[in-house]
Amino acid sequence: MGLLSDPVRRRALARLVLRLNAPLCVLSYVAGIGWFLALAFPPLTQRTYMSENAMGSTMVEEQFAGGDRVRGFARDFAAHRRKSGALPVAWLERTMRSVGLEVYTQSFSRKLPFPDETHERYMVSGTNVYGILRAPRAASTESLVLTVPCGPDSTNSQAVGLLLALAAHFRGQIYWAKDIIFLVTEQDLLGTEAWLEAYHDINVTGMQSSPLQGRAGAIQAAVALELSSDVVTSLDVAVEGLNGQLPNLDLLNLFQTFCQKGGLLCTLQGKLQPQDWTSVDGPLQALRTLLLMVLQQASGRPHGPHGLFLRYRVEALTIRGINSFRQYKYDLVAVGKALEGVFRKLNHLLERLHQSFFFYLLPALSRFVSIGLYMPAAGFLLLVLGLKALELWMQLHEAGVGPEEPGGASGPSPPLLPAQSVGLASLVAPLLISQAMGLALYVLPVLGQHVATEHFPVAEAEAVVLTLLAIYAAGLALPHSTQRVVSAQAPDRGWMALKLVALIYLALQLACIALTNFSLGFLLAATMVPAAALTKPCGPRPLYATLLVLTSPAATLLGSLFLWRELREAPLSLADGWQLFLAALAQGVLEHHTYGALLFPLLALGLYPCWLLFWNVLFWK
Amino acid sequence: MAAALPLAVLLLLLLGPVGGGHAEPPRDTLREELVITPLPSGDVAATFQFRTRWDSDLQREEGERITLEKDNCHLLVSHYRLFPKALGQLISKYSLRELHLSFTQGFWRTRYWGPPFLQAPSGAELWVWFQDTVTDVDKSWKELSNVLSGIFCASLNFIDSTNTVTPTASFKPLGLANGTDHSFLRYAVLPREVVCTENLTPWKKLLPCSSKAGLSVLLKADRLFHTSYHSQAVHIRPVCRNTRCTSISWELRQTLSVVYDAFVTGQGKKDWSLFRMFSRTLTEPCPLASESRVYVDITSYHQDNETLEVSPPPTTTYQDVTLGTLKTYAVYDLLDTAVINNSRNLNLQLKWKSPPATGALNRGLVFAEAPPVPFLYAQRYVSGYGLHNGELNTLLYNTHPYRAFPVLVLDTVPWYLRLYVHTLTITAKGKENKPSYVHYQPAQDRLQPHLLEMLIQLPPNSATKVSIQFERALLKWTEYTPDPNHGFYVSPSVLSALVPSVVAAKPVDWEESPLFKSLYPVSDSSSYFVRLYTEPLLVNLPTPDFSMPYNVICLTCTVVAVCYGSFYNLLTRTFHIEEPSTGGLAKWLANLIRRARGVPPL
Repeated sequence: MGLLSDPVRRRALARLVLRLNAPLCVLSYVAGIGWFLALAFPPLTQRTYMSENAMGSTMVEEQFAGGDRVRGFARDFAAHRRKSGALPVAWLERTMRSVGLEVYTQSFSRKLPFPDETHERYMVSGTNVYGILRAPRAASTESLVLTVPCGPDSTNSQAVGLLLALAAHFRGQIYWAKDIIFLVTEQDLLGTEAWLEAYHDINVTGMQSSPLQGRAGAIQAAVALELSSDVVTSLDVAVEGLNGQLPNLDLLNLFQTFCQKGGLLCTLQGKLQPQDWTSVDGPLQALRTLLLMVLQQASGRPHGPHGLFLRYRVEALTIRGINSFRQYKYDLVAVGKALEGVFRKLNHLLERLHQSFFFYLLPALSRFVSIGLYMPAAGFLLLVLGLKALELWMQLHEAGVGPEEPGGASGPSPPLLPAQSVGLASLVAPLLISQAMGLALYVLPVLGQHVATEHFPVAEAEAVVLTLLAIYAAGLALPHSTQRVVSAQAPDRGWMALKLVALIYLALQLACIALTNFSLGFLLAATMVPAAALTKPCGPRPLYATLLVLTSPAATLLGSLFLWRELREAPLSLADGWQLFLAALAQGVLEHHTYGALLFPLLALGLYPCWLLFWNVLFWK
Repeated sequence: MAAALPLAVLLLLLLGPVGGGHAEPPRDTLREELVITPLPSGDVAATFQFRTRWDSDLQREEGERITLEKDNCHLLVSHYRLFPKALGQLISKYSLRELHLSFTQGFWRTRYWGPPFLQAPSGAELWVWFQDTVTDVDKSWKELSNVLSGIFCASLNFIDSTNTVTPTASFKPLGLANGTDHSFLRYAVLPREVVCTENLTPWKKLLPCSSKAGLSVLLKADRLFHTSYHSQAVHIRPVCRNTRCTSISWELRQTLSVVYDAFVTGQGKKDWSLFRMFSRTLTEPCPLASESRVYVDITSYHQDNETLEVSPPPTTTYQDVTLGTLKTYAVYDLLDTAVINNSRNLNLQLKWKSPPATGALNRGLVFAEAPPVPFLYAQRYVSGYGLHNGELNTLLYNTHPYRAFPVLVLDTVPWYLRLYVHTLTITAKGKENKPSYVHYQPAQDRLQPHLLEMLIQLPPNSATKVSIQFERALLKWTEYTPDPNHGFYVSPSVLSALVPSVVAAKPVDWEESPLFKSLYPVSDSSSYFVRLYTEPLLVNLPTPDFSMPYNVICLTCTVVAVCYGSFYNLLTRTFHIEEPSTGGLAKWLANLIRRARGVPPL
């Protein structure tokens, strides 16, 4: 630090930063992107390994052999479901009781803020059924959960069959040390959310539900099961949860161990594991998987019912049986055996899963990138903002001193206090106005949907999305309104101060996001940083404006959608992309209200106002 | 001489018991009893009770002779016959009035199994009334728990001031008592304690017949721990020696309850037999016992069309009001020679007979209906998420259709959960339910736990919710257990209630009635006393990562802290280069002169 408190050296350093700013910024940005792309390559990806002692050294012997039972239960369930048109609660209760569980039900209802077009629901009500296997000689202090969501459209009857058959098998064993809850939820994730809130006796999303009659202590881990078809050729594992939370890596390792043991074909993001890591092909495929995971995690939506468990610090993952028309088909017994193994190992746990990583990226099922290795990518990107801010700060303070001026002769220039204070006062108006726009973006679409439907021929859901876009676009008209307010001020210093504030604000936000949800932070940084660094009211303005619009949060979302479908090998046409974009907006708002997803408020209240500040800088006169 | 010595020994042996027996009636008696109860859920509960009654006043004799032999006063009563010496010495050494100790593995599920004869909380529980002659109760309590820890091979030495409380109303003496100054009471629960054979063996050794004869041959460890619930207890209390209560006797009651999971052990059938449960049969009574009986509950609860069939058929039946309902028991008296002599052993069997037409159907659906619900049961849980705040909730269910009854709730909460007492709310049927008695003793960090006692009236057919919020404290890093991520236990709530009976109980002779009826005193014929425990809770505290990243975090924090000062310095100070000023006064004077001369200054 002595280097910086010596004024002479400080000036030399400052000159270096000022002169080399542009190349340094470019270098840093390229380094960030390059580092990220390199994450899929072997020195940075490591093999996964089991950290938890209680689950590591010994293997268990799986004995589940209830293939006929699974099919029988599934057939009966499907028949009863078809007959009643809803979840056959009475049949489930009776069946669970007959296999020896304590059975309880929970009814819930929820009025969504506006109709959900993709799932075609508005007033949602349903009943969850759960049975508790009480562990002998244990006082119900800990439990494990196996849950099967039953959506309105997806039948998932094979999964219910497997759940019941596993329950029957588990009930006959004496080695359980933790209670096991077998949960069948209706209305897929809404049911899971209702059950979890009732289990923890809180209300975070305005769900109305009946209180639970039976509990089983602190839930240690949960597995959600979805079998979309009767034939399973591979199992897909989903880890990304609400707001980008991830389960402890050991849970995934555990599942992968049993997949290997049982010879099951497991995929991650629908992609097989690359076999060959020495050539370029393997890592490239891993990079695609990694990008899919980043997009999925950045969306902040639960990628399965397990995602909602993570809020309560319950390690959870979703296992999906996929029929991808491969040659080898798996009997449900094989899946059941893998699940039995997973549960027996979890039963061995002495402590909660905590040994392994909570922050990681997965380029393949058996490879991971730890937080220490991926963070530099985001760090390099944020460094650009820091460098730019430093440059502006120096320019503001030493504006009178030309960088070429000989150092020793003249005294240092005094800080330009009057000008600076004028600059700060002029910042208040744009800051307030852009924040107000953000607030309007957050509040108005849902509040004003009824007004909109009265005056325009649109449905509620459309009204919400269109209001959202309208307010978003209206923000672009902001410079004209703020200009009048600040026209009297010194113009040159004004935009510099505004940009300085905006840069610091953006850097802070992105740093915070990157710490909790790296994917989102990185994605936003990679798109927003170049435009934010370049923007100034002189030079090729139309180019800057295009760049800014193309990197605004909404455009990032649109771009991500295209990238996502491209990586999934199902490319989108422009029109489809637009439709998907509108649906994604509606889903984003809905998920904020139904599950407490934070992406929508974050964009509306944090990043959008910040982006507006840059827009403001661009059109400064 | 060589021949005379054995002769003398023989003579002594012959004379000894005769002489003692001649002088006074037998001073101690043993009664043993086994109750087998098919539970409403289909499981089977077996409760053993062994009662040793000793007509001797351990402590009065001590008082008399204390003047004579001061140094070994606890060895005063030196001849022990049936009463275990280890416990007898404890009574006199620590001046105990009552001692109740239980070890439990599992949880009695009142909702499904009905009210218990004797429930105990999961883990270890110890409560002791000391005589009012004890001066330093806490010291005696500490020593006593350490001694018991040795006797029962249990971690009772973990009982210290942070988990000991003095309840004011919940634990009254069960035996004879003239004063109930609760400052002589201590109560502690260790919910973490794991109970296993190492605790069972010392418990069995206290029995007069050990596990050699009588009912105790059934106590085979590998079967007893193959159950859903296992609870063993020792109760010591003074009782009246005769009906007029002129002098006192000491009663040692050893109880052991187990619940067999019919589903696992019976392969889905409810039928049971002694052999299937204990892998032993009864062959003889304990020769030292004055009474040795097996009771089988044959009141048919449920089961349309199904009838119970017990084999061999009982010689007598016993009908009485137990836990508020009329029960019929088949009685097998092992001292009655006919019971065992017929087949050399007694293997009790119980079969559920159903009409042949519906038999197969019923077998499969035996468990398909929810069992009847008891009048009082409870549930306890922690609510909320995150590691900052939380809420402790206790749900008390009164399912009686029209009668309200009071419940005494005792909560002991460790100090590291800081209770917010102002958030204590008790609601029933949507209204606030004010407790008629509240005793709250706040916790002191690292010294004593919270104690909360309340008397709550439960309205009929209602669920009463008692909730209180808490904040999790940060422990010092050496205070964490070796497995901090497992969570920290909070001991269960204790509910003591007078539950209304369905059938009014008749007053009976206390000494003559079966043992399972005579632990709790009966005060009123229209209700019965029951003590229930809720499940213990597991609460996660904010825990540092005790692994390598923790060191990394510490290191990083140090570096950041060092950097912070410098950066702050840089940001808040401005730096100017000061030209070295030489001369000072001389220069000033020179300049003054120069100005006067009209020459430019230096």
